[in-house]
Amino acid sequence: MGFNIESYLPDRTKNNIIFFYKGNVDSDVINQILDEVEYKMIQENDRSKLRKKVYNVLVESLQNLYHHVDKVPEDYEDQTSEKFGILLVKKVDKGYKIITGNFIKADNVEKLEEKIKKINQSSCEEIRELYKFILNHQKISEKGGGGLGLVDIARKTGNKLIYTFKEYNDKYSFFYLDILVSEEN
Amino acid sequence: MEPIKIEGTPKTPTVRFDSSAGVFEIRGRSIPENSVEFYKPIVDWLDSYKENPLPKTIVNIRLEYFNTSSSKCILDVFKKLEAIHKAKNDVEVHWYYEEDDEDMLEAGEDYESIIRVPFKMIEIVE
Repeated sequence: MGFNIESYLPDRTKNNIIFFYKGNVDSDVINQILDEVEYKMIQENDRSKLRKKVYNVLVESLQNLYHHVDKVPEDYEDQTSEKFGILLVKKVDKGYKIITGNFIKADNVEKLEEKIKKINQSSCEEIRELYKFILNHQKISEKGGGGLGLVDIARKTGNKLIYTFKEYNDKYSFFYLDILVSEEN
Repeated sequence: MEPIKIEGTPKTPTVRFDSSAGVFEIRGRSIPENSVEFYKPIVDWLDSYKENPLPKTIVNIRLEYFNTSSSKCILDVFKKLEAIHKAKNDVEVHWYYEEDDEDMLEAGEDYESIIRVPFKMIEIVE
């Protein structure tokens, strides 16, 4: 039995799927996904406020994959994708779910989990202050990320970051991030 | 000084910085993966402009979207403006946001609280 990353998706019912992608997340792929999801939201007649939030969160989650994914394990079926990730966008009651997934080295799990826990324990005001602090004090890393992506997602959605790590082997896990963007917040 | 004129793309903004005009502008979408590469010429240009600025400079920021990577580069742009302002030149940032876009307004307020340059928040009413 292989490791089927799709089978662990937090919400994999077929209903209301706006977009699904699995593979290499490069700049061109990001452009195509953004165009397509934006077009579909316009067709759905969503209010511009919701559309903008979804678009913003989508940009950050895709660019998080682009900047931060670890390379795939040596025995994984897809060896060609340099930046392997998955994305699922679903329409839900009063909003959208954006779910991303990527491989992460076991050594990096603790650090990421600590970061998410810190964000989830913070109030909206604290998240805004955290955002401003990182903006003003942290340099852009070698990978090109600003360290602000997750903070920005939490801030824009006003919701907790839901996440899971599924162990792939003793060196790798697969990380799922489950984001709700709703009209209320 | 040669003005900066960059045409916008789906991921990068239109930029007009002209030292003979006194009104600079960044407008559109700023969501490139590598924003440092995009903003470096603008930050460098402001470094030169700082040597001999106009008595009054207005900078219009009219963005529909910007990513977190751009947010740091925009702060770098503002830090250059702050230096020009500190050298006793008149500098103003006009931060535009669409009427229902509270996130964009808040983002402007964040910069206003970090940078010592007068900001004017301008709501775009459709």
